[in-house]
Amino acid sequence: MLWNRTRTLGMSLLAAGLLAGCAGEDGGVQSQKLSTITGRGKLICGVEGKLPGFSFVGPDGKYLGLDVDVCKAVAAAVLGDPAKVEYRDLNSSERFAALASGEVDLLSRNTTMTLSRDAAGGNGLSFAPTTFYDGQGVLVPVASGIKDLKGLAGKPICVESGTTTELNLADRMREQNIPYTPLKFQTSDQTFAAYLGDRCVAVTSDRSQLAGKRTSFPNPDAHTLLPVVMSKEPLSPATVNGDPAWADAVRWIVFGLMQAEESGITQANVDAKLAEAKANTNQADLRRFLGVEGDFGKQLGLPPDFVVKAVKAAGNYGEIFDRNVGPASALKLDRGLNRQWKDGGLIYSPPFR
Amino acid sequence: MKPVLRRLRAELFATPADAVLSTGLIAVLSLAAFGFLRWAFTQAQWAVIRVNSTLFAVGRYPVEEQWRLWLLLWLLFAATGLSWGVLRSHPRPDRSGVLWPRNDRIAATLLVVLGLWRPAAMGLSLSIQARWWGLVALLLLVRWLAGRFGPRFGPLGLRLVALMWPVLYLVGMVLISGGLGLVAVSPSEWGGLLLTLLASSFAILLCFPIGVLLALGRRSDLPLLRWGSVLYIEFIRGAPLITLLFLGQNILGFLLPGGLAPDRIWRAAWVLTFFAAAYLAEAVRSGLAAVPRGQLEAARSLGLSYPKALQHVVLPQALRVALPAMVGQFISLLQDTTLLSLIGLLELLGTARTVMANPAFLGKNAEVYLTLAVLFWCCCAALGLGSRALERRLDPHAVPSAT
Amino acid sequence: MVPVNPSDPSPPPLPAPKPPWWRDRRVVPWVVQAVVGLLVLLLIAFLLGNLVRNLTAAGLLLSWRWLQQPAGFDISESVLPFNAQLPYWRALAAGLVNTIRAVVVGLVGATLLGTLVGMASFSHNGLLRRLARVYVEVVRNIPLLLQLVFWYFVVFLTLPNGVAAIQLPGVVLAKSGLYIAGLGEGLRWMGPTLVNGVWQAPVRLSVEFGALLTGLIVYSGAFIAEVVRGGIAAVPKGQWEAASSLGLSWFATLRRIVLPQSLRVIVPGLNTQYISLAKNSSLAVAVGYTDLYSVAETTLNQTGRAVEVILVLLAAYLTLDLLISALMNGLNHLVQIRER
Repeated sequence: MLWNRTRTLGMSLLAAGLLAGCAGEDGGVQSQKLSTITGRGKLICGVEGKLPGFSFVGPDGKYLGLDVDVCKAVAAAVLGDPAKVEYRDLNSSERFAALASGEVDLLSRNTTMTLSRDAAGGNGLSFAPTTFYDGQGVLVPVASGIKDLKGLAGKPICVESGTTTELNLADRMREQNIPYTPLKFQTSDQTFAAYLGDRCVAVTSDRSQLAGKRTSFPNPDAHTLLPVVMSKEPLSPATVNGDPAWADAVRWIVFGLMQAEESGITQANVDAKLAEAKANTNQADLRRFLGVEGDFGKQLGLPPDFVVKAVKAAGNYGEIFDRNVGPASALKLDRGLNRQWKDGGLIYSPPFR
Repeated sequence: MKPVLRRLRAELFATPADAVLSTGLIAVLSLAAFGFLRWAFTQAQWAVIRVNSTLFAVGRYPVEEQWRLWLLLWLLFAATGLSWGVLRSHPRPDRSGVLWPRNDRIAATLLVVLGLWRPAAMGLSLSIQARWWGLVALLLLVRWLAGRFGPRFGPLGLRLVALMWPVLYLVGMVLISGGLGLVAVSPSEWGGLLLTLLASSFAILLCFPIGVLLALGRRSDLPLLRWGSVLYIEFIRGAPLITLLFLGQNILGFLLPGGLAPDRIWRAAWVLTFFAAAYLAEAVRSGLAAVPRGQLEAARSLGLSYPKALQHVVLPQALRVALPAMVGQFISLLQDTTLLSLIGLLELLGTARTVMANPAFLGKNAEVYLTLAVLFWCCCAALGLGSRALERRLDPHAVPSAT
Repeated sequence: MVPVNPSDPSPPPLPAPKPPWWRDRRVVPWVVQAVVGLLVLLLIAFLLGNLVRNLTAAGLLLSWRWLQQPAGFDISESVLPFNAQLPYWRALAAGLVNTIRAVVVGLVGATLLGTLVGMASFSHNGLLRRLARVYVEVVRNIPLLLQLVFWYFVVFLTLPNGVAAIQLPGVVLAKSGLYIAGLGEGLRWMGPTLVNGVWQAPVRLSVEFGALLTGLIVYSGAFIAEVVRGGIAAVPKGQWEAASSLGLSWFATLRRIVLPQSLRVIVPGLNTQYISLAKNSSLAVAVGYTDLYSVAETTLNQTGRAVEVILVLLAAYLTLDLLISALMNGLNHLVQIRER
């Protein structure tokens, strides 16, 4: 009887698989995840939750930050409403399991793209375009007089466990043959608490994160970033490997934000631009981009005007950057590598065609 | 004064060695007490507790829905007063039947003092202070009314009171989580003391039936049931709770069809439940072992079916014996909820850690942790006291004609 | 029907009719078992089926090859030599050894403290007796995790550093760690010395380890004190009286007469406490001590192998528990025999 049950179970699974395979054949896109999200009516987005500038809860209890704006843009593009997001705070050690098990649809949690995380034989993620090019830095108290990594020899260094930061630290110190003591903590809260409690002479993390945290220190000027960049940290949103259609959708929504900046489309003028595109049949690029012409949306399984919705919800990439981490924000970060390619940066959207 | 002095002398200064020891201890203790008091009143900055009191109490529960929690609190206080009064108005045969015995008077005074002084000392706003006064007044009023008029309802009153609590629990769940016309509040917005109490009460309530079943299974004659129970109990008891919570957070999603896994908070609550059930089963098993086999045989020979014999003869005796051990488990379960902070949930300790990550309150560890320690100590000690009172009430020797 | 005397009201004893199978006492239990067993099996099959399907979808099907890959992260204060190039299994082993270190030292400390406090609760001195009671009541009613973070963040992280450190003969306690005198280079006895503002000593323990140990010892000590107290209380009062009438002092009575007899009761109780101490050591992750659980969490993060990592964790802790149980059972055997 049990055997029969399992066999029927197996058969039905097989049948379901075949059906799912067939459904992908006709022109439209069938993504398990996309239909789950639209069915559920909200996007579940995994974020850090306590990182000023990227994702944190404002005084009014609403989530804010660059990573959060990406979630909003995706929710707007898929569901038409940036508010239809449920945020889940994930710490660094639970984020991948949460994504892999389907607990969150999208991980927008300052996660570094690496080979082993991307590869099917590794963590098995699928990365969207990088939304923030970062590098790993080291924060030390000015009073310590430490100027470079050599100065950290034999000293305890605070680091969040389970991060690429931890691995890079080990690599850099090994290369330069500097002995050190890593003090690992589960959360960034604890890591910085131990650093501020003088348990470590240095704390290492992504430079943007260090800058963000430093703004919240009692005496920010007493701490300085060492002039070393220990690694490349392309922070990117991620989805699970098993659903390429969903990964494509997220990828092109993010590209859409970047292309919007390049094309001069902002949150404020997107409606005007849309009207212009509708009126002027000669502007083929703009018409395709904003979904007036062609079927890009349909190819991705999204509404035709997904770019318009995303930009209207969160602004273009430049606006998102400036609002959350740019010079006018509390973090006061320079655009640096995160400039558009035309301005000498790395933000580059492939053509929408 | 003489007897006091004599007793002091006998207890502290009986021999020279004792005298030296006592003097040393007194010196050390008074130094420590002095140091602590000086710190508490001059150096400590209790603002961190005052400013974040809402966060500690209910976490990020939406402000516009908090009236529901207040309503629940009013109901709880009223129910407590009612149960207290009704229980007192049904004195056991050995009791004098006094409506306000000494312990009750002490408890009531303590309550009034706490209710008047604590909110004021915390510097809560006047409207909230007034609510606490109202709550205490309501409790005492209902206690008095129930004590006065309770006897009129006879044993029915006791039964109604026993029925009231489960109903209140369900009402409470609806009030907290929404539904039935109330706006839903997602579990991810519950926090602080609310989450601690919710998770522990949920686990305590549900682990009880599971634990009893497991204990019966372990003592069963049926090999499959017995070995299944043994395997489960020993497996759970062998693993640290944190690995099980970790399993719940990271693996459960894989074990269930996509999207069916419950929210993280419920997942943690279920893990706590299944964890506690294994320990409770052992407590119940020791109780079952204390019931002579003849009891079951006698009941069976009277024609009771096996389940009926268990229900009416064996379990009542076993549970009474197991009560202290069970309450011990409940206390450790309440303490174990702090582990939820390690998997990123914002119960009391988790809330404390996020509060201290706020730059305004950096380094206020001592104040926050001490407050939490006092809070936990009071909750656990109250459970312990309650269990001892219940033990006395259930003591068969005090009640010769228990029916 | 056999005709019977109509004046006899009671019918003759008939052979009991065979009950229907659903009321047969030989059949019912087996049916119950079969049903329960089947349900459990179905549940397990359902869960495993989902697991395999979901893991396949995520490309994470069970595999142990990652154990051989270099870990890439460092472990501070590892007893086993470890560096980032060594494979994951070495990292997990280093974590396990760190756990065992904490457990062993914790067991010894908690037993000593618990025994002392348990003995103190039978002291003639009323103050000492009450103090023992207060200690037990306070510690048992406060969650261990709270105590651990208290020890770490409030006590150990506020220790002074450098010259201001707390210096006792042969021992220095500073924020950077606990420095103890010992045999240094060339087998010379060396005390802690201050070199360029950094303490040096042959034996160095981190404050993370210190906080974990203090927390575990103080917490388990309270429970062990209760076990010891119960054990001593179980020794008949006559033993005390007989010993003191022989002129033995209080301490000698306790040490030579009462404690040896109470071991019979104490040892089984200790077993439970030791196992819970071993399991509680996993809370080290909250105070930054790199134990098995902490390494496992990092490993999960770097490899994404949730199922394998949890299997390793569970297996390791179960083995540790069994080991403690086996040792304590041996001890129990010894204690019980000695009584005769």
